[in-house]
Amino acid sequence: MNKKNKNNFTNDQLLKFYEKMFLIRKFEEKAAQLYGAGKIGGFCHLYIGQEAVVIGILSSINSEDTVITAYRDHGHILARGVDPKLVMSELTGRRDGISKGKGGSMHMFSKANRFYGGHGIVGAQVPLGVGIGFAHKYRNEKKISRVYLGDGAMSNGQVFEAFNLASLWELPVLFIIENNKYGMGTSIGRSAAGGELYERATVFGIKGEKVDGMNFFNVSESAIRAREYIEKNSKPYIIEMDTYRFRGHSMSDPGLYRTKDEVNKMKEIDPVLMMKEALLNDYKIQEESIKNVESDIKKRIKDVEKFSIESPLPDLKELYTEVYL
Amino acid sequence: MKILLPALSPTMETGNLVKWLVKEGDSVVSGDILAEIETDKATMELESPDDGKVEKILVKEGTENISVNSEIALLRVDGEEIEEISEKPIEKPPQVSSNGSEQPATEVKISMNSLLNQTKENSDEKNWSEKEISMREALNIAIEEEMEYDKDVFLLGEEVAEYDGAYKVTQGLLDKFGSKRVLDTPISEHGFTGLAIGAAMAGLKPICEFMTFNFSMQAIDQIVNSAAKSLYMSGGEINVPIVFRGPNGAAARVGAQHSQCFISWFSHIPGLIVIAPSNARDAKGLLKSSIRNPNPVVFLEHELLYKEKTNVPEEKDFLIPIGKGNLIKEGKDVTIIGFSMSVQRILNALPSIEKLGISPDIIDLRSIKPLDEELIYKSVKKTNRVVIVEDGFGSTSFGSHLSYLIQSNCFDFLDSEIIKVSGKDVPMPYAENLEKLALPNTDEIVSAVKKVSYIN
Repeated sequence: MNKKNKNNFTNDQLLKFYEKMFLIRKFEEKAAQLYGAGKIGGFCHLYIGQEAVVIGILSSINSEDTVITAYRDHGHILARGVDPKLVMSELTGRRDGISKGKGGSMHMFSKANRFYGGHGIVGAQVPLGVGIGFAHKYRNEKKISRVYLGDGAMSNGQVFEAFNLASLWELPVLFIIENNKYGMGTSIGRSAAGGELYERATVFGIKGEKVDGMNFFNVSESAIRAREYIEKNSKPYIIEMDTYRFRGHSMSDPGLYRTKDEVNKMKEIDPVLMMKEALLNDYKIQEESIKNVESDIKKRIKDVEKFSIESPLPDLKELYTEVYL
Repeated sequence: MKILLPALSPTMETGNLVKWLVKEGDSVVSGDILAEIETDKATMELESPDDGKVEKILVKEGTENISVNSEIALLRVDGEEIEEISEKPIEKPPQVSSNGSEQPATEVKISMNSLLNQTKENSDEKNWSEKEISMREALNIAIEEEMEYDKDVFLLGEEVAEYDGAYKVTQGLLDKFGSKRVLDTPISEHGFTGLAIGAAMAGLKPICEFMTFNFSMQAIDQIVNSAAKSLYMSGGEINVPIVFRGPNGAAARVGAQHSQCFISWFSHIPGLIVIAPSNARDAKGLLKSSIRNPNPVVFLEHELLYKEKTNVPEEKDFLIPIGKGNLIKEGKDVTIIGFSMSVQRILNALPSIEKLGISPDIIDLRSIKPLDEELIYKSVKKTNRVVIVEDGFGSTSFGSHLSYLIQSNCFDFLDSEIIKVSGKDVPMPYAENLEKLALPNTDEIVSAVKKVSYIN
């Protein structure tokens, strides 16, 4: 177990991070249930297994920093502090959804929480995120645009155009590759030639590193390193997170491309459980405190479920609104 | 050896002799710079084609509008006899008429400017202080004014800054606004279009230039999936105030991959606004409105119209509202509808149409999406006959949709089928005669008008 806590988080702060990881886990488990019950339709990509990435990064974030990601976005929007009721209601396609039921699982946004989606075309969020970084620099804002992408996107052409532009124009962008080893059903070994994924950005002069993305503390340290680098040098940075998704690509994925053994082996380093063990063993946080957090979340998720099912369907007149401003 | 004014761009018909760098009697070797020539796009150097002595300079420096292939100087090439200077003007190459056969063209041009002046008189528009300028200048001024008006407006694209724009539209803007707001991009449409859209999501107002809209296909996913849909799929949270602009359609003999009209493509997409002006005045007023619009706007220009001049208001508050067409000529017998370059084609056909005793309403749509349906239906209900002219491919085209709209809204008023004169469904050929044949031509427009009027 990793004892390092170079960031000097207090026990209260650590408990808060654990709470957020646990919230994402329970939210996603509930989403899976609701999908099975036919309450959620379409595509539904769960974040289970990758919680340490988003919360580790969050631990280094300035509240004004912006975030953009692809379609596996539930964990990201929850991490940014958007009410889980609004997120789940979007999944159930109801009028209280964060996008009024018009976006769905993949398309959620919150300007107030500086979360810019929620994008369904693999790779497309990367130039967009670089553009958000461009806006930060243009306005002399001390903000970093945090751009998440998967291992699958790392073979998409526009991503390299975006790396080039971000480095050429010295934009404050942190690229975070969530390498969960599979782009849908194609393993990284069958899709990406050459060495490490993050090294593909270094040829554009972008500094970067690879990090154990299952461990909150490792992620947090790298994220703080990255923030310091970007702030000092006004240049982009890239971190490749070694992570894993315990569920399928989406709810309709039978997962025949990997063995049960492989998944079970990865579950031995479950990021939520590891975080909990660290809090108990390394930081001597009382088990009762952790249990209280967990039971609060479980209760909250019940309310979220109820809310998201009781929220009415969107008004039919919503069909034609918000096509233009 | 005769030195002729060379064609230095695909669309150059005439040039200006800015400066002679040699004088009569000078010895030159092949490759020496003889003169500076201003084309429709840039100032270029004219090199000596051979070794010899400058015998005679035939065109004084400062001369403007010299036809391509005119004799401008005489070079005595070592070991060659001096040629006679032809007394009569040099013979022009055979003209290809608009139906593709090699006959002299007898097109009488009706000036857009005079039509616009007439329509203005009929409207209650305020009295502007006007100046006759080209569409190129009008676009340049519109961008400059809007960049002054709003510091969130910035311009990016290939060669927009240090090169002054591939078509000179962005000339001088780098000097005025600096490299923070006028940015040369790499040849990286997918990337820089996505970047511009992201910047717009974060509240800036980018003008994203495509050197031509042919290259926008590299970025079509970002335009359609990111720019057009974000407002809707975010439930109104994220708007994308951006203008995509550049030349669209067929210029002159630049081949299949550089000669396509994308109006039908972009107007298919909910969430995009699509503008296609035909003249300098509209270009200024509509580009300014587009930059101020909170939605993504696809602003389709036409290279062949860049040099065309009309009177344009000089005031900075001159705006033309998006979604308003213009009845540029009022008649009674038939409604002819065009936009961008096809308006010019309609005007080319107008003398022949009037010779038939037919007086048409001519509508310049200006705005494709949203469409000024009211103006169209009002005219159709009066004339009962419709001809639509569009440069783009005819199949599943914007014109097809327009004819659907007209028949479903004016069915009881139509006295004839609607005829659509479109570009032919072929990749644009290179040969001059085939290219002309591929685009809507005068004969086709006149035939269409005759057919809807039941004239044989």
